[in-house]
Amino acid sequence: MQTHQYDVVIVGAGGAGMRAALESSGRARTAVLTKLYPTRSHTGAAQGGMCAALANVEEDNWEWHTFDTVKGGDYLVDQDAAEVMAKEAIDAVLDLERMGLPFNRTPDGKIDQRRFGGHTRNHGEAAVRRACYAADRTGHMILQTLYQQCVKQDVAFFNEFYVLDVLLDTDLTAQEVPSGQAVTVAGVVAYELATGEIHVFRAKSVVFATGGAGKIFKTTSNAHTLTGDGMALTLRRGIPLEDMEFFQFHPTGLAGLGILLSEAARGEGAILRNSDGERFMERYAPTIKDLAPRDIVARAMANEVREGRGAGPNKDYVLLDLTHLEPAHIEAKLPDITEFARTYLGIEPFTEPVPVYPTAHYLMGGIPTTIDAEVLRTNTDVVGGLFAAGECACVSVHGSNRLGTNSLLDINVFGRRAGLAAAAYAATSEWVGLPDDPAGAVVGELERMRGAATGERVSDVRRALQESMDANAQVFRTAESLDRALADIVVLKERYRTVSVQDKGTRFNTDLLEAIELGFLLDLAEVVVVGALARQESRGGHFREDFPTRDDANFMQHTMAYLRPAGADARPGATQVRLDHKPVTVTRYQPMERKY
Amino acid sequence: MTAVETAAASPAAPIGAVPSFDVTLRIRRFDPEAASPEPYWEEFTVTAHGTDRVLDAMHTVKWELDGTLTFRRSCAHGICGSDAMRINGRNRLACKTLLKDLDPRKPVILEPIKGLPVIKDLVVDMEPFFASYREVMPFLITGGNAPSAERLQSPEQRARYDDTTKCILCAACTSSCPVFWTDGQYFGPAAIVNAHRFIFDSRDEGAAQRLEILNDKEGVWRCRTTFNCTDACPRGIEVTQAIAEVKRAMITRAF
Repeated sequence: MQTHQYDVVIVGAGGAGMRAALESSGRARTAVLTKLYPTRSHTGAAQGGMCAALANVEEDNWEWHTFDTVKGGDYLVDQDAAEVMAKEAIDAVLDLERMGLPFNRTPDGKIDQRRFGGHTRNHGEAAVRRACYAADRTGHMILQTLYQQCVKQDVAFFNEFYVLDVLLDTDLTAQEVPSGQAVTVAGVVAYELATGEIHVFRAKSVVFATGGAGKIFKTTSNAHTLTGDGMALTLRRGIPLEDMEFFQFHPTGLAGLGILLSEAARGEGAILRNSDGERFMERYAPTIKDLAPRDIVARAMANEVREGRGAGPNKDYVLLDLTHLEPAHIEAKLPDITEFARTYLGIEPFTEPVPVYPTAHYLMGGIPTTIDAEVLRTNTDVVGGLFAAGECACVSVHGSNRLGTNSLLDINVFGRRAGLAAAAYAATSEWVGLPDDPAGAVVGELERMRGAATGERVSDVRRALQESMDANAQVFRTAESLDRALADIVVLKERYRTVSVQDKGTRFNTDLLEAIELGFLLDLAEVVVVGALARQESRGGHFREDFPTRDDANFMQHTMAYLRPAGADARPGATQVRLDHKPVTVTRYQPMERKY
Repeated sequence: MTAVETAAASPAAPIGAVPSFDVTLRIRRFDPEAASPEPYWEEFTVTAHGTDRVLDAMHTVKWELDGTLTFRRSCAHGICGSDAMRINGRNRLACKTLLKDLDPRKPVILEPIKGLPVIKDLVVDMEPFFASYREVMPFLITGGNAPSAERLQSPEQRARYDDTTKCILCAACTSSCPVFWTDGQYFGPAAIVNAHRFIFDSRDEGAAQRLEILNDKEGVWRCRTTFNCTDACPRGIEVTQAIAEVKRAMITRAF
């Protein structure tokens, strides 16, 4: 075991982690730990753009952006946080430009902007051009640009280090720690993939920026590595997760594969059609049609298929039609996604419509934070020195449904804030002692997993989880379907206790890490489903067919899910999810019916 | 009707179903912890579907036949650059190569990319590759005070370096280069591509420094214009042309 000491440790090297590192590494001794190489992070898969009211091509202002974000999130957004994000968006884009990001340009040389779902002029009048973009590779350019700047600043990276535990000075799981009592982070425990060695990183500040958890579903736009590690391990240490029942299903995944086709396609004029060739979004969102927010479009698509108007031999998808657009225009603005259609489905988008179906894309919920990225352990108490930003966090700027482009914005605005806050905290705080045997829990888990001679195969348990979540907790949910999912998860968690891995080695043992990741997925899926069962209403990305309307009287509140020991008669070590609630911060927008 | 019932109600072989076929993967393996570590070949036969990628077949092996098979992967659709490998002798991404596009009657031969030390099976040490990248100062260099708004750049100026902004640092190009195989000191195509991306960016003021670095004996002049890199690039970057443009800029000092 090796021990390291840094003022700030950042976990994750996607957009949020590297944006944080750029702030903190100049101010405090900083290390960035990533389970990949920085440029492999899934920020690079984001396509369409990053919204900011630059007003480069038409009138716009950050207040409209705030309103769209709040309405898009079906009023579960904390409005003070949305205001911060929309205001700081403008500098966030300009910062990236100054770092060298190759944005597309207007004829007069400014950053070009285009339309995106749910982003409107003057509180919903019509779609507005707000998304700053670099073809359909905006995420790739952000990831590369931030990495370039990290190289310039000589940021210390620990590549292919899996963080498997967070160390606190107080056990939050055994008993309730009273509000007001200080709880402080002490560091993290990491596993070095190349050698199998355990590393303890002692730190004054720890920033989680570990991204999403799309792999709880079978059909997803997410990378294989998006297994919710940061969320799961903070949850296990007693920190709550907020609003986890809100998962976004992106409307246009390549049918059967889930690979993302950017909403920018519709921003550039593409149209969704059913098997009759009908532009069905006219019926669901008469004003902005195909550019309605993602939750509405995804449900409309699923509904078309359910009512027999799906296309294809099995009538199980709809069509994204770009054939009326100029090929030169498509080639210039959407080169990557048209290539995806050609490569993976053998479809030529210039002449044939592309089969698409919703794909699990983005988790609105996550580790609860303040607008300065401080992690909350209750509705009001922060954990000293612990921060989170990006998809793994819940500020909450996305509420129950994130608008397209607001995730690239989120990682830049709140990644920056996390880096600043982490460095400032480290500058004024004392070192906290490490617990005795800081790596004991991680070592025990790894040894148990590696030591089991025979047992369940990891992939069998994972596949069963993903299939159950797709079948029971996707676009349409009912108490019955969610009960089925929960029953499946309970059984799968038992089966997980007996999994074994074939690779018993110490060097580059990805077999072992996949087993660990599966444990994270199971815990998170349980929180998603328990939250979805309790939320007996439909709001944003969470749609209950048995409760099809929004219920502000009973559910205009955030869900706070805690993992706590199960009752006295349960198996030792068994846990259960306990739910609590947190009020939504409302500043200037009272909830209204959400129409587009 | 739920999704499960829909699936169950479908006939056994629905119209439009993708045909399945068997494919054999012949994989170059290396276990660093073996008693006497030597590379060897191992074959696995798996059932694949028409839309499956090479990566899908590799996952079938790892998840159902042999958990010790080791390779890097993440996004699985050609964006993250994790899974560059030699597939039938050619550098490609496993997630962007469809099995149906290879000859399924012959084994698909999978080897680690060449010129970088093998750690285990298909995993190589990427550090030398990233070290070369870092040496070319791959970041925007500007003088004076930063402007309060964006720097202006015309669409034509933006287009000048567009091709080389697409690089995902997968190392497919560099590890396909015969010069790099024989001389690990050579910067390699990927580093030059990333230098090109800034040399031809109208906002950048560091071109002279980068050209100086690449004028080194291990720099652009070692390129023998074999076009392996251009063939290997999964992003379709005209790598050889980019290198030629950097060579020309070095002579003419025009960029």
